[in-house]
Amino acid sequence: MSPTLLLAVLLALSSLTYRLGSKRAFHVAKKPDSPVLHSRPGYHGMLVALWCLLPALAIFVIWHIFSDDLLSAYAVQSFSAAHGELSQARMELLLNDLRNLIHGSYFSREIDPALQEAADRYLAMRQTANTALAVVVLTTATLAAAWASWRISPALRARNQVERVVKICLTLCSTIAVFTTLGIVLSIIFESIRFFQQVSFFDFLFGLKWSPQMAIRADQAGSSGSFGAVPVLAGTFLISAIAMAIAVPFGLFSAIYLSEYAGPVFRKIVKPMLEILAGVPTVVYGFFAALVIAPSIRNLGMGLGLPVASESALAAGLVMGVMIIPFVSSLSDDIINAVPQSLRDGSLALGATRSETIKNVVIPAALPGIVGSILLAVSRAIGETMIVVMAAGLAANLTLNPLQAVTTVTVQIVTLLVGDQEFDSPKTLAAFALGMLLFVVTLALNVIALYVVRKYREEYE
Amino acid sequence: MHSNMTSDSSATAQVRRSLPKRYARERRFRFLGLAAIVLTLLFLVLLLGSIFLKGWTAFQQTHVRLDVYFDPAKLDVGNLNNADYGALVRASLQDMFPEAESRSERLQLNRLVSTGAAFILQDILTASPELIGSTQPFWLPADDEVDMLIKGHSPRDVPESARRLSDRQLGWIDSLLAQERLEKQFNTAFFKNGDSREPELAGVRGAITGSFYTLMLTLALSFPIGVAAAIYLEEFAPKNRFTDLIEVNINNLAAIPSIIFGLLGLAVFLNFFGLPRSSSVVGGLVLTLMTLPTIIIASRASLKAVPPSIHEAALAVGASKVQTIFHHVLPLALPGMLTGTIIGMAQALGETAPLLMIGMVAFIVDVPQSLQDPATVLPVQIYLWADSPERGFIERTSAAIMILLLVLLVMNAAAVYLRNRFERRW
Repeated sequence: MSPTLLLAVLLALSSLTYRLGSKRAFHVAKKPDSPVLHSRPGYHGMLVALWCLLPALAIFVIWHIFSDDLLSAYAVQSFSAAHGELSQARMELLLNDLRNLIHGSYFSREIDPALQEAADRYLAMRQTANTALAVVVLTTATLAAAWASWRISPALRARNQVERVVKICLTLCSTIAVFTTLGIVLSIIFESIRFFQQVSFFDFLFGLKWSPQMAIRADQAGSSGSFGAVPVLAGTFLISAIAMAIAVPFGLFSAIYLSEYAGPVFRKIVKPMLEILAGVPTVVYGFFAALVIAPSIRNLGMGLGLPVASESALAAGLVMGVMIIPFVSSLSDDIINAVPQSLRDGSLALGATRSETIKNVVIPAALPGIVGSILLAVSRAIGETMIVVMAAGLAANLTLNPLQAVTTVTVQIVTLLVGDQEFDSPKTLAAFALGMLLFVVTLALNVIALYVVRKYREEYE
Repeated sequence: MHSNMTSDSSATAQVRRSLPKRYARERRFRFLGLAAIVLTLLFLVLLLGSIFLKGWTAFQQTHVRLDVYFDPAKLDVGNLNNADYGALVRASLQDMFPEAESRSERLQLNRLVSTGAAFILQDILTASPELIGSTQPFWLPADDEVDMLIKGHSPRDVPESARRLSDRQLGWIDSLLAQERLEKQFNTAFFKNGDSREPELAGVRGAITGSFYTLMLTLALSFPIGVAAAIYLEEFAPKNRFTDLIEVNINNLAAIPSIIFGLLGLAVFLNFFGLPRSSSVVGGLVLTLMTLPTIIIASRASLKAVPPSIHEAALAVGASKVQTIFHHVLPLALPGMLTGTIIGMAQALGETAPLLMIGMVAFIVDVPQSLQDPATVLPVQIYLWADSPERGFIERTSAAIMILLLVLLVMNAAAVYLRNRFERRW
């Protein structure tokens, strides 16, 4: 029985036991001298169904977590008997071949008969194991359901027990966020530690040269590679700075106009249009930056006699800035709207014009929120990937000239990890070290943004 | 007294005198605000307009009508799977233009028709082998260089050395046009094929299927989990360290760059759990983790919007807390949750960076058949095509972007509709 079919049968069985359970509860309640049921029959049925489903499902999942390792070990037994003890690396290679053979995607070389035999053993054993699993799972399900339905009595607190299971499920779901964070932190830290065993931490953080390409053999030129993150960080900050130079004034002025000057009709039309800009996927911006903006800037620069790189920081930063405008403007819009009307009225009553009111009263009152939203926007600019992958360069130049090509943290992560990966070479591991930098910086910016907003928020009312 | 009066009036006069300047400043300020909006929207128009202008031609493809003779001598009739179908195309071209005699001329002539034409003939003949020995007219796709020329994307009036097509080839193209054997037809291959190295054969079907599988998995996981987490945090969670930790985590995850989730997927799902590389399963799992915060935050907001009187009424007639929430509060909050979910799905559909990390960026010709097959998704396909040097891929990239934007537009419109239709103000 295939695992999918088994799962379907199990689900069908459990819904059947639901009906049986609720019927039995009715039956128990109908007995002439029976007291009133504590829970409605449906809850009794649900309890039976849960007893049918959960233990069997647990067995199913546990088997599937361990089955591959067990089966491979069993299959390889015969192989090591024929070839003697194998080294660790050879063993892994063998297992890999075995796996390919089992999935039927093995064409390249002639198949070693011993390997073929091992694969056959694996498949045969899997067949047996699946049958055994089906028997065990279905027996468990039936027995557990029978026990649960035997327990049904008027006094059974079925509802409370079902609700306890529901609550446990809800709690488990909400902890996934914690596990995600944990997974991110652990995976980044583990790979980074492996990186820092090969490259010193200070060389990474303060080194001025970034060229992660490593030669395959030690005697080739440039065999060591150098992993100084400073040029990469400088490139990231240059592009982000250009983006913020676009996004902050445009975003702020749009927000001010929308919340202070625009009529309701104008607002109703323009706001969704700005949100379209936020909904466009970043890969589209990247395409636009690489295909339209970068050549135009280059042509313009050529016309003015300036040397412009074809993948200039300016093009990527400009487009990224436009992408962030709606982010800044919608956040600031909310914050400006939250400033109480009485402040504006007071200022206008004293004879200030509207722009003076905005500049001297509204903006200062909204400042912490605006700073917070700008910090969030910076963190977004630093973490933005596709625009820079498509429109910024790969060479790590340490420069502040926006007309030259620079590279960013995200570009380097993508180039290091797309294609072949070797998790023992610092070239691949460097991506995780860069990821750690990115994670720490964006996390710090988010925390500071929240802190600024909380600490300096003016409380009105 | 008198002097006081004059100083007063002089202060008023001073204010009066400063007024034009202040009003000018006011106008300037207001103009700046409007200009910011107008420029931003102008950029939007430029973005969409340039993609539309570049992309709309990709929905047509230049085809050549060839009279193909299914020559039994050229086809190995016993083994139709391995026969040389390209030879049929070449022979047919040769018949039309017998003046191409030298080897290089013939090579140039053969380049007018797409290499995919042979596969099309193979499919036709496999379906109806009785055609062997007969001559049939077929519309076969032209090569991408011919396509670009016909669509006007490649210039004609430049010296031969600056063109991809030689004078000779231009002559043949003109004569084909004169015989009405060259025509733009609706580009079905773009919707039917997977990826290809040849622009005229490349299509989005593989990418759309991959996107579909990935997104379905994301939806199937993130909606129930997100709603469950929101219910717990909003309705059950006691106020303690642990729930604070969960809340801080969710808010931080929402602001973490997407590429970090790709690193997580690579290190945990691929390297630790050994799930198949490039597959929709891993893509769906990574996107689930990414969209969960969005869905949880939206679901909590919509749970919060259900008035406490509903709770109290249900509790007052003896419902348990779980019953109250599942029978009364949840149905009222569901439209808001769905809106948030659709918006989260739209984000997931447009997401590229994390999927590059888990190998969905491979060159995959076949349309994926299951969650575990190697697949790519629409945004990654756009990225791959944008990197291709052939001129023909530019219009195809733009066309794929148009499809992506259309789907996103539909999804967002559905979210807005749901919000307006079902959301109640209490």
